[in-house]
Amino acid sequence: MGKTLKFLIPLALFAGLVALLFFGLGTDPRKVPSPLVGKPAPTFSLPALGDPGRTVSNADLLGQVSLVNVWASWCYSCRAEHAQLMRLARELKEVQILGLNWKDTEADAKQMLRASGDPYRVSAFDPDNRAGIHWGVYGAPETFLVDSEGRICYKKIGPVEPGTWETELAPTIDLTTKKCKESRS
Amino acid sequence: MIPELGHYALILALGLALIQAVLPLAGSYTGNRAWMHTARPLAWGQFIFSAIAFALLLLAFLTDDFSVVYVASNSNTLMPTIYKVSAVWGAHEGSLLLWAAFLAGWGAAVASLSRNLPLPIVARVLAVMGMVGIGFLLFMLLTSNPFERIFPPPLEGRDLNPLLQDPGLAIHPPLLYMGYVGFSVAFAFAIAALLGGKLDAAWARWSRPWTTTAWIFLTLGIALGSWWAYYELGWGGWWFWDPVENASLMPWLAGTALMHSLAVTEKRGAFKSWTVLLAITAFSLSLLGTFLVRSGVLTSVHAFATDPARGTFILIFLCIVIGGSLALYAWRAPAVSGGGRFELLSRESFLLANNLLLTLLTALVLLGTLAPLIYEAMAWGKISVGFPWFNTMFVAVTPFLAFLMGIGPLTRWKQDEPMRLARELRLPFIVTGAASLLTVILMPLITLDWYLVPLGIGLAVWLLTSHLQAIRERLRHKSRPGAILTDLASNGRSFYGMILAHLGVAMFVVGITLVSNYGQEKDVRMSPGGVQEVAGYRFLFHGVTTQRGPNYMAARGHFQIFDGQRPIAELWPEKRSYFASQKPMTEASIDWGLTRDLYVSLGEPLEDGDWALRLYYKPYVRWIWLGALLMALGGLLAITDRRYRLARGLGRARTGVADNAAVARS
Amino acid sequence: MSRFRLAATGRPGSPRTLSVVVLAGLLSLPLVAPLAGAFTLEEFQFSDPARAEEFKRLTEELRCLVCQNESLAGSQADLAQDLREEVYRLLQSGKSRQEVIDFLVERYGDFVLYDPPLKPSTYPLWFGPLLLAGVGGLFLFLTLRNKREAREQELSAEEQQRLRALLADDSTPTKDKA
Repeated sequence: MGKTLKFLIPLALFAGLVALLFFGLGTDPRKVPSPLVGKPAPTFSLPALGDPGRTVSNADLLGQVSLVNVWASWCYSCRAEHAQLMRLARELKEVQILGLNWKDTEADAKQMLRASGDPYRVSAFDPDNRAGIHWGVYGAPETFLVDSEGRICYKKIGPVEPGTWETELAPTIDLTTKKCKESRS
Repeated sequence: MIPELGHYALILALGLALIQAVLPLAGSYTGNRAWMHTARPLAWGQFIFSAIAFALLLLAFLTDDFSVVYVASNSNTLMPTIYKVSAVWGAHEGSLLLWAAFLAGWGAAVASLSRNLPLPIVARVLAVMGMVGIGFLLFMLLTSNPFERIFPPPLEGRDLNPLLQDPGLAIHPPLLYMGYVGFSVAFAFAIAALLGGKLDAAWARWSRPWTTTAWIFLTLGIALGSWWAYYELGWGGWWFWDPVENASLMPWLAGTALMHSLAVTEKRGAFKSWTVLLAITAFSLSLLGTFLVRSGVLTSVHAFATDPARGTFILIFLCIVIGGSLALYAWRAPAVSGGGRFELLSRESFLLANNLLLTLLTALVLLGTLAPLIYEAMAWGKISVGFPWFNTMFVAVTPFLAFLMGIGPLTRWKQDEPMRLARELRLPFIVTGAASLLTVILMPLITLDWYLVPLGIGLAVWLLTSHLQAIRERLRHKSRPGAILTDLASNGRSFYGMILAHLGVAMFVVGITLVSNYGQEKDVRMSPGGVQEVAGYRFLFHGVTTQRGPNYMAARGHFQIFDGQRPIAELWPEKRSYFASQKPMTEASIDWGLTRDLYVSLGEPLEDGDWALRLYYKPYVRWIWLGALLMALGGLLAITDRRYRLARGLGRARTGVADNAAVARS
Repeated sequence: MSRFRLAATGRPGSPRTLSVVVLAGLLSLPLVAPLAGAFTLEEFQFSDPARAEEFKRLTEELRCLVCQNESLAGSQADLAQDLREEVYRLLQSGKSRQEVIDFLVERYGDFVLYDPPLKPSTYPLWFGPLLLAGVGGLFLFLTLRNKREAREQELSAEEQQRLRALLADDSTPTKDKA
């Protein structure tokens, strides 16, 4: 290394730092990717919202592609994404939407579905965050895309927006085989 | 009207900063003395207008002018006046204004206290400070104007974050900012020296008092913040390695290295390019801290409200200031001479080694702070780096640092005799070994990392004894019988400043070692009349009453503490609920002492008048902050050394000696 | 449900703090103001003091996901309370420290650990410092070697003179040590 080159090291290091910080500006440090993606959905078994006699469990995930949407009536973003879920429920015949009603009260949850419609085939009722912890839920809304074998293809953190299905969720699943696409890591 | 005047003052300050950045610099290259002479008045002008803007924002707070968005979001009519004052710098916009005002203030100080400096140097230094000033003023005016209005104004303000409504927090930010901004002077001197191509002992001597002054502020600022967290947050800790804390620690570490490196450059002419690099680094890390805190890049408990536009602005600013100065460094530094020769066994060697250790620590803090971001960028997964990692790193490195700190002052410049040095070190060695051994024998073997206690105590004793030996050695060399006092006085304040600061480090080490290994904590439920015992002290709980504060309601607990049967203290911990924000706040109550703190914080009320409480016994925890205070006092002593006494320079200024001997225009 | 006060952000439990040392010169923030509301771990009782200690250490070393930067032990967020309860349940059912950690990492990822585990992906983090120390050591070695071989470059008498003039100072520069 030349004598002059040595003095360029600080500048080079700084350039690396700037690149890193520039990258940092474009990320949200609060989003924590789930280690469950690509793995079988965690085992759960919960009563259905509004129908305590019925149990919602992993069996409900098998055989078709599911969107498992974590929601609660107290969560404004959930209300915001509700219309999108209603649209998806109407348009996506090959995908069922399951709800995970999280840390909510039954009355509030039912009231919200009465008022703004119910996009869910069924909602599992989890007031005490029993299944939530196993699914690695740390806030609402979150949405998991699960294939017909019960494997998680993708986790969307934050509200489902127009285009979320098309650009983020759909590319991770093969709707003809109903299986996750392997390439995504 | 007043807010508009404030806004206008900022624009004027910016205008002056622009001229200050260009005209004197141009003058220094063309030899135009008139242009160079504009530097001082311009620096003063920038300071005056920044100060006016600051005063007007303060006025807006004092008059509850909620038509100013910033006031409305951070104040409230009920707030006590002192917090209306501190609210000025309680959030992003105002704290930036404080930054800019301080920066201009440092510039004005340089302008006033530089009468014995060659004119071209003054011109360049102030020009560089003007450039930095432009960045901050532009940042404020373009993205974060504190004088922005809303219409219609709200009737009541949103209140200052209750956490900030505390005397400690009122003065912590100004101290911290003074420190951050203060490094801009050392930075400006370094850049000016690079621009002029003249890095010599004179440059080092001019930089030293400024650097030390900034370092004192930063030391006090960090210590105060840590102390505040300890008494205010109610969890008994004093450092969490949060990115924001790290952001203040990095410039401190680099600044500490810089002070020591400057000493070598001044005495021996060595390490010149290294010293310049450190001067650039210390200030760059201050700027980086600003970016980390205000851009939302990292998750911190105390990030400012983030805004991508602000992040982008600061990043560009960083690129210009830091990138520019490092490029200048790469261009100019190769021509800098290496300085005096020294042997392996010399004070230079030890100072260099310690400099590298401090730099290593700085790099480690930077690595740990940015690691989550690095991992995300590399797609290696999302990780957290917290206190276990940082503690491991610091425990691994700092013992070497402390060890060398003991040897350095006993070693001679240039070249030392191994046997002579060994003789000097013999006694400190023996005492340290004995103290560590004694610690091992005496200590109750209850801690997990048992070796840390003898290690910490040993290092503290080592620092103490080796520095006492250094004083002794000085006396031995000069002593005439009966003249010890004169001898003691003849050593110069900077020598005693160094001793004092290093003993502060010893004290700090003792505090950390004892409190982290022997502190006790109890989470308990207590009924009124109940008693709990922690570390042999009995805590008697009398119950909780309700009190009204100026802008909050408080549940106030009453405790009596007994040592055996003897009552030693009464504690009144509070849990407050502020009216405007409805936020609960804990005010811990502490019976403090030199050897231990007893600490109570109120948790939550349970049924039947019971409360959940945290009780702590914190042995020697004060030593952590007292140690920092001692370090700062040491710095203060050092800058009052007669070498730096600025009044002397002022007296001779008019003779023009300085100007005429001026460093050649480059 | 009032406990979800910051529900607008979709993250239950407003972030508040106690376990956070705040160097708050840099602090204050409309949405996510940390709050020093103390709470205690009094509700988690263990018959075995070693387990109680384990619980305390674990909750201090685990990160609360929804908070800005707080440990489970320090956070008042609702989710932190859920996770504390989960950790408590697991410990009470006889799980070891490592099993509890594995349980959480499987679900939330390494992000929950303030103490990153040693594995290939964290080698840069844990061994990078050794590399840095090595570079520093090499630099020190090279500098010291060069310095010994360097020619003497004491300040010349003229330079000394100029220095004294510049500094308007009558003390001998080499007398004091600092």
